[in-house]
Formats: sequence, structure tokens, C-alpha cells
Amino acid sequence: MALPRMNNWSFWILPFAFLILLSSLFLEGGGPNFGWTFYAPLSTTYSNDSTALFVFSVHIMGASSIMGAINVIVTIFNMRAPGMTWMKMPLFVWTWLITAFLLIAVMPVLAGAVTMVLTDKFFGTSFFNAAGGGDPVLFQHIFWFFGHPEVYIMILPAFGIISQIVPTFSRKPLFGYASMVYATASIALLSFIVWAHHMFTTGMPVAAELFFMFATMLISVPTGVKVFNWVATMWRGAITFEIPMLFALAFIVLFTIGGFSGLMLAITPVDFQYHDTYFVVAHFHYVLVTGAVFSIMAAVYYWLPKWCGKMYDLGLAKWHFWCSLISVNVLFFPMHFVGLAGMPRRIPDYALQFADFNKWISIGGFAFGLSQLIFLALLIKACRKQGEPATDRVWEGAEGLEWEIPSPAPYHTFETPPVVK
Amino acid sequence: MSEQQYEKYYVPAQSPWPIVGAVALFLIAVGAGNFVIETTKGKDGYGGWTLLAGLAILVIMLVGWFRDQIEESMTGMHSNQLGRSYRQGMSWFIFSEVMFFAAFFGALFYARMIAVPWLGGSSNNAMTNEVLWPGFEAMWPLVKTPGGTTTEAMGWFGLPLANTVVLLISSVTAHFAHVALEEGKRKQLTLFLGVTILLGLGFLVLQVEEYVHAYREMGLMLTSGVYGNTFFMLTGFHGLHVTLGTILLIIMFFRVLKGHFSKDNQFAFQAASWYWHFVDVVWVLLFIFVYIL
Ligand SMILES: [Cu+2]
Repeated sequence: MALPRMNNWSFWILPFAFLILLSSLFLEGGGPNFGWTFYAPLSTTYSNDSTALFVFSVHIMGASSIMGAINVIVTIFNMRAPGMTWMKMPLFVWTWLITAFLLIAVMPVLAGAVTMVLTDKFFGTSFFNAAGGGDPVLFQHIFWFFGHPEVYIMILPAFGIISQIVPTFSRKPLFGYASMVYATASIALLSFIVWAHHMFTTGMPVAAELFFMFATMLISVPTGVKVFNWVATMWRGAITFEIPMLFALAFIVLFTIGGFSGLMLAITPVDFQYHDTYFVVAHFHYVLVTGAVFSIMAAVYYWLPKWCGKMYDLGLAKWHFWCSLISVNVLFFPMHFVGLAGMPRRIPDYALQFADFNKWISIGGFAFGLSQLIFLALLIKACRKQGEPATDRVWEGAEGLEWEIPSPAPYHTFETPPVVK
Repeated sequence: MSEQQYEKYYVPAQSPWPIVGAVALFLIAVGAGNFVIETTKGKDGYGGWTLLAGLAILVIMLVGWFRDQIEESMTGMHSNQLGRSYRQGMSWFIFSEVMFFAAFFGALFYARMIAVPWLGGSSNNAMTNEVLWPGFEAMWPLVKTPGGTTTEAMGWFGLPLANTVVLLISSVTAHFAHVALEEGKRKQLTLFLGVTILLGLGFLVLQVEEYVHAYREMGLMLTSGVYGNTFFMLTGFHGLHVTLGTILLIIMFFRVLKGHFSKDNQFAFQAASWYWHFVDVVWVLLFIFVYIL
């Protein structure tokens, strides 16, 4: 990293910040009781005192994120190996560059939002209180100006991971590399002008509803480019189905399902029906669990041999994949139906006719959770250096600097810049 | 092409300061949280002391971190690449600060152009006004809130205008100081940097006076509805940034006196002066949108 000490600082802040958030559960009156979106007035008028700790822990987490992101950007701008031109960079690096930009742009806005919550609750301001000339809807605008880019912060690195894995196991270069870069950049830029699609039912002029609807639907274009490119990369490739590829394929299919339900939610009049139902829950779990989380698993299976120098237990990995794949769909797919039938989210109780579906959802949930124990066992085995030694390249079709060095990589990897041809 | 042609990567010595800094931020966050709860709810506790302890550790950490850093820099351990990294890092940090202010400017514009007019019945909100806030009239500055709190609007003439002039001049002197550094004129450098610091301090004094005037004579307070909220939050956070900028400049002043910085080794000085220009620009926007318009 370009700024290693700052990187270290940003890392160490996180466990402490998490500790604060966790410890607020044990305070008098309980922990933060307003969900992750902390809408005003839930977080101002109706919250308990631990809100102050929530606010300050978010502040230092934000500081950590910003420092980390600055580091990523500066490293990429300034420390690329000689010969590593912009359009030669691995797509994982590109997606991280753009993610880091989003982080620097929106984390300070979140800091502003929590600050206003703090002063509204404790110091008598009325940013989110109509009696003083403010507006609770203002909170939602500020929050989602952060919140929408935030979900892309979670998914863009996933796109990068998939763009590394698919070419490796298709034994073909990535189809449409340049269009992939431009698509990522346009997704990031569009993410700043779509935030109010989370607020179609909270009250906005019709013109604003239309604008946010069309802007949101526009995002499906670059996202479609990506899915097309992944599929085109596999087209006529010599595909083998190693574990990372299995997860990548599951990602492409299931993320696309999540993308389509997102497109449905983007249509304002339709969203009036779907808003705050389990359909929304199904949507964002398809993009974040079978999307972001699956890509992280794919990444672990892809780079784990490079990290620890040993090939992991392939039998366990297969079990993990199939158990996760089946259970995650049992868990989230029925949510589409109960949501369309009108089951609201964020309410612990539900009408009797949803009981059967909820039973299956629960079974899927427990099964998915338990499946991760297989992953845990596999990781413990890998950390204890059990298994076959891994070669430098690990995967036959792997391309990139990390596959040219020994597994595991030596301390500090490179002392002087390697030359990329 | 052999690899030897390239500069070696800068690998710093192990340093305890990052984790010390994390502990400091932990104490600050816990302390500040509890301090806020205790002072506003009249409870007893150690929030204030925890906060102070955190701040003290943070100061120790910063002093230690920068002392190490300056030592490494003065003994020439830093590569050119690292210098570029620092400059780019500082620019991105300033960008993050811009976005922080953007959140509060956004709140100001929203309150002024959307929330207050809607409460006054504009667009399709006639019934909101009629039923929920009968008799409320939309206006900006909002000197009478829907809830009935009244206050006075802060004019732009007088103190705010004087402050604008002070900060603009300080931006120019900061620039001259930098030019003097580039040309190796140490005396001028010291002079202009000193003047910049004095102007910064002058700004802060005037700002405090303005606040006292607002609270004592105008009844314009942080709690005076959304006009007072945006006024004090924007100018207050700006004031904090001026304070920080002034502290940075004072540190630079002492380093200049010790003979630090040259044409080729001046990152810290540059960073402080960039920060100062940024604070100026924010003030100009504040002056236009908070005071004049
Ligand atoms: Cu969104």
C-alpha cells in the first residue's frame, strides 16, 4: 500500500468501533432500536440514549473507511508497476478503484447524517422536525444519497472478482475488457442520481418520481453489459468447473435474478405495491447474499491456495457449494411470493396464510447458516496448513502478477517494482 | 530493461502509533457519546474524562507519529514516489471534507427550497399548512418556525463581511508564503506565514464575537429552528476547520523557524496551505449562501 501506516490505523479502528456498537446493547435502555437505516424520527424523537454511542462509532468507522479508500486510490494511481497501464489493470483493481472513490464521496455524507441525528436528539436542532422548519424526509434524502452508492460499494468489488474468475476457468481473456471498465464507471456515476428510488412512497413531486425511476432503470444498461460480457467470455471457452467457477456461475445466475427484481422495484407505480414487503427483502438478498457474499466465497476459493500455499479440501468445498446454493434459494426465493402477496417487512408477526412459506424460509435459513460450518471447517484446515502444496500458478488458466510468485507469497512480495510487459 | 532502474518501494519501519491512534479514537468515541448523554440528560459519569483521555492520547500519538515521520523525511528516507502518494492522499482527504460540507449545504438548500415552502402550503401542500401548521408563513431566513420559535436573521454586513476579507487576505498571504518558499526567501516565508496565522486567529476571534452577539442580543441560537441549525452547524464546522488549519500552520511556522522545508521537501507545508485554501473556499460559499442570499 502507498501509505502503510495509515492503512494500519484504518484497520485497527474497525474492531474498536464495532466494540462500541456492540457494547451499546448493554447500556441502560438497550442498544440502537431503529434498524440500520435509522430513519428520523425513530432515531431522534423515539430512540434511546445509546444513539450517541451509535453516532460516534459510525463516525470513527467512517474515518476508517475514508482512510482505507484514500489508500486504495493513491496506491492504484501512484504505485502501479512499470508497464502496468490503466487499460491493462486487472478488473478487480479497476472495481476497487471506483469503489474507493464512492467511499470517499459518500462516507462524509453519512457522517453529516449521523451528526444531524445527534444534534436533533440531544441539542435541540430540528433538521428532521417539521415544528422547527425541518423535515423527516430530509433525513431519507441524505441517508440514501449515502445508502445507494453504499450498495454499489458492496457489489462492485464482487463484479471485479467474477471478472477475474470467469476468464481463468474459461481459458479465454475477458470479453469486452474496455466496456467492462466503462460500465463500472458509469454504474458508479449513476449511483449518485438514483437515491430517491428508496423513497417512492414517502412523498415527492411526480417529476422527481419519474426522474428517479428512469435514472434507476438506466443502471440496468451497464449492468446488462457486464452480465453479457461474462457470458460471452464463457462462450466457446474451454470451461472447467472448479470451485471458484461454480460460485461465479451461481453468482451470475442469481445476481441476475436479483437485478431483474430490482428493475421491477425501480418502476414507481409498481413499487407502490412492493414497497416494504418481502419482495424487497428477496431482491436485496439475491444481490447481496448470492451476489456479494457468493463472490467473496468465490474469491476465497480462488486465492486461498495463494494465501496459505496449500490446496484446500475439495470434497468439503463441493459440499459447501451445493448445500449453500440449494439452501440459499430455499431461504430467499419464497420471499418473492410472500412479498407479492403482501407480507410486510420489519414486522415480526405475519398473517396466518404466510405460515407455510415462512416455514420453508426458516428451514432454508437454518440450512444456509449450518452450511457455512462446512466453510469454517475448510478454512480451519487450510489455516493449519493441511493439504496438498499449491503450485505458483495454482489454476491452469490464471493470469496476472500474483500467479507469477510463489504460493504463499513472500514477505512484502516485491521489494522493487516488477515490470509488466 | 533491468529492475534496478526503478526506485525501491518505501517500506517504513514498524510503528506502534496506528494502534495507539485506534485506542485514542475508541476512547474519544466512547467518551464523547457518554459525555453527550450525561450533559444533556443530567446524568453522572466519566464521559468527559474518557473523552479528555482519548484526546490526550490522540495528541501524543500525533506528536509521536509526526516526529518519526519528520525524522525519516529529514534524513532522506522517503522516496519520490512516497511524496507523490502524500500529495494525492491529501487531495482526496480534502475531497472527503468537501463532501462533508456538501451534506450540510444540502440540508440548507432542502430546508430552504423544499421543506419550509411545503410547510407554508406551496406545491400541493395546502392542507399540510391548513391542518397541521395553520397560520405558518414560509419565509427565509426562517425567523418564525411552524412551532412558533422566533429569532432574528444574521445580516451579512459588519462582522461576516470583515471575516470574509480577513480570510481572503490570509489565502493570498498563504500563497505568497508558498512562493517565498519556492524561491528560497526564508525571511519572507516566515513573515507571510506569520501574517497568515495572525489572520486565522483574528478570524476565530471575530467568529466568537459574532456567536456571542447572536446568542446574547439576537436570540439566534442553535435551537432556533432550521435557520439557526444550518447557520450554526455550517459556520461552526467551518470554524472547527479554521482552528485545525491554524494549528497546522502554527506547526509549519515552528518547522520553518527550525529551518525545515525546501523547494523539494515541503509536503507538510503544501498540505497545510492546501487545507487553508480549502477552508477559504468553503467560507466564500458560506458567505454567499448562509449570509447574503
Ligand atoms: Cu438504491
